[in-house]
Amino acid sequence: MMGGYGDVQLLRDDGLRLDGRKIDEMRPVSIEAGVLPAADGSAMVTHGLNVAVAAVYGPMEAHPRKIQRQDRAVIDVRYNMAPFSTSDRIRPGFNRRSREISKVTAEALESVVLVERYPRSKIRVEIEILAAEAGTRCVGITAAAVALADAGIPMRDLIVGVASGKVEDTVVLDLDKAEDNYGQADLPVGILPNTGEIAFLQMDGDLSPDEFNLAMEYNFKAAKEIHEIMVDALRRRYEGGEA
Amino acid sequence: MSQGQSGAEQRLVTPGMAVGPSTGKRAGSGIVAANDTFIATQLGWLRERNSTVSVDPINAAYMPRSGDLVVATVAEVRNNLWFMDINGSFQGLLPMSLAPWKVEFGAARQHMDVGDVVLARVQEVDECHNVVLTMKGVGLRRLNQGAVETLPVQHIDRIRGDNNENLQRLREACDCRIMVGENGRVWIDGSLDGIRWARKAIHALASTGHRTDVNELLTTLENELKGDA
Repeated sequence: MMGGYGDVQLLRDDGLRLDGRKIDEMRPVSIEAGVLPAADGSAMVTHGLNVAVAAVYGPMEAHPRKIQRQDRAVIDVRYNMAPFSTSDRIRPGFNRRSREISKVTAEALESVVLVERYPRSKIRVEIEILAAEAGTRCVGITAAAVALADAGIPMRDLIVGVASGKVEDTVVLDLDKAEDNYGQADLPVGILPNTGEIAFLQMDGDLSPDEFNLAMEYNFKAAKEIHEIMVDALRRRYEGGEA
Repeated sequence: MSQGQSGAEQRLVTPGMAVGPSTGKRAGSGIVAANDTFIATQLGWLRERNSTVSVDPINAAYMPRSGDLVVATVAEVRNNLWFMDINGSFQGLLPMSLAPWKVEFGAARQHMDVGDVVLARVQEVDECHNVVLTMKGVGLRRLNQGAVETLPVQHIDRIRGDNNENLQRLREACDCRIMVGENGRVWIDGSLDGIRWARKAIHALASTGHRTDVNELLTTLENELKGDA
């Protein structure tokens, strides 16, 4: 885990990372909106080797009734990694990790969706990770945001999931699998690019205040880039005249 | 408008996008004002009409409002009321006191059963989305014949047109009775050929009405109908 593998070289002698990226360079991102015709809104995000598909259903009447809130909608997120998404097969179904990620994703989305517009309702968000290479929770959040916009759900902003971390005492943007496994810290955040607000933040490992600020600087820069790709994906889907 | 619509050109806006200064203008649906700036909250086409800036959403769920005319389907029957599917997030409730017939307690099913289609009006919607329907009113009735088409709710205005112009043309062209519910359901009744043409025309209007000349589209469809005849 974090910081325990000092013999693994994660930065090359020329200062680049193992996959040839600069320390503040993101993996390539592509987004497609409206990939699932049966869902009210959907999106597929490819971020490096990660592939996530998100589907949104609703707003619908919240069932069971005990989860209903009289003044707002609840967002029901189900994050799941497909058994074939990693090199070692994952046992299908919910586990502790997917429950945690579903919960933090739901809380992040609740802070951007105008939930007060839909009392007693439920908005179902399904996130399926088809291929995983570190940073799947961030990719899932980005996919969910595009799917929610595609479904016509009112939101304050398009939330972007992005992560930075530390490897070999160097702050780097967007960790890949080796950096995530053998690095010293990981800082995934959910950013609202238009307002600069943070809707979700987790930190695994240790960062000094200066390192934290630098990691956040990288995250905000990457969030702006991803946000443009998200908007472009929605434009491509609808400015062609489908709507 | 900084990134949104200017003049007659339609521009797509996404949630969180700043669409222009709020001074001297009102925020319509899909828009919130923050720090003297209008922010879009929904994906859709920006529209400015009578100093009101709003977003015509690309996708939207039907949110019932008091007074809406809806085409509803009976989903459940109880002793003294019907639960109606109104194509929204929640079912509507039609109590026997608001039905157009004198209904005895326990005899609701004799008047309307599951699957029956009715033309009703939204009587009341409370803040918790409890929807009460009424069938007391002129023209509100059970629909015993014809066909029901379901369209995206946000495209209903394209079917109607300004002052119901498009709808009137459709009615005259196919000689059918056409009722457009606010909930995205359209009831069509007439000859089989008329219904077939009306369905085609309605779907053409709903899917392309925003980017093609509606007059031209309707003329083409009318000519097709005449040609078939």
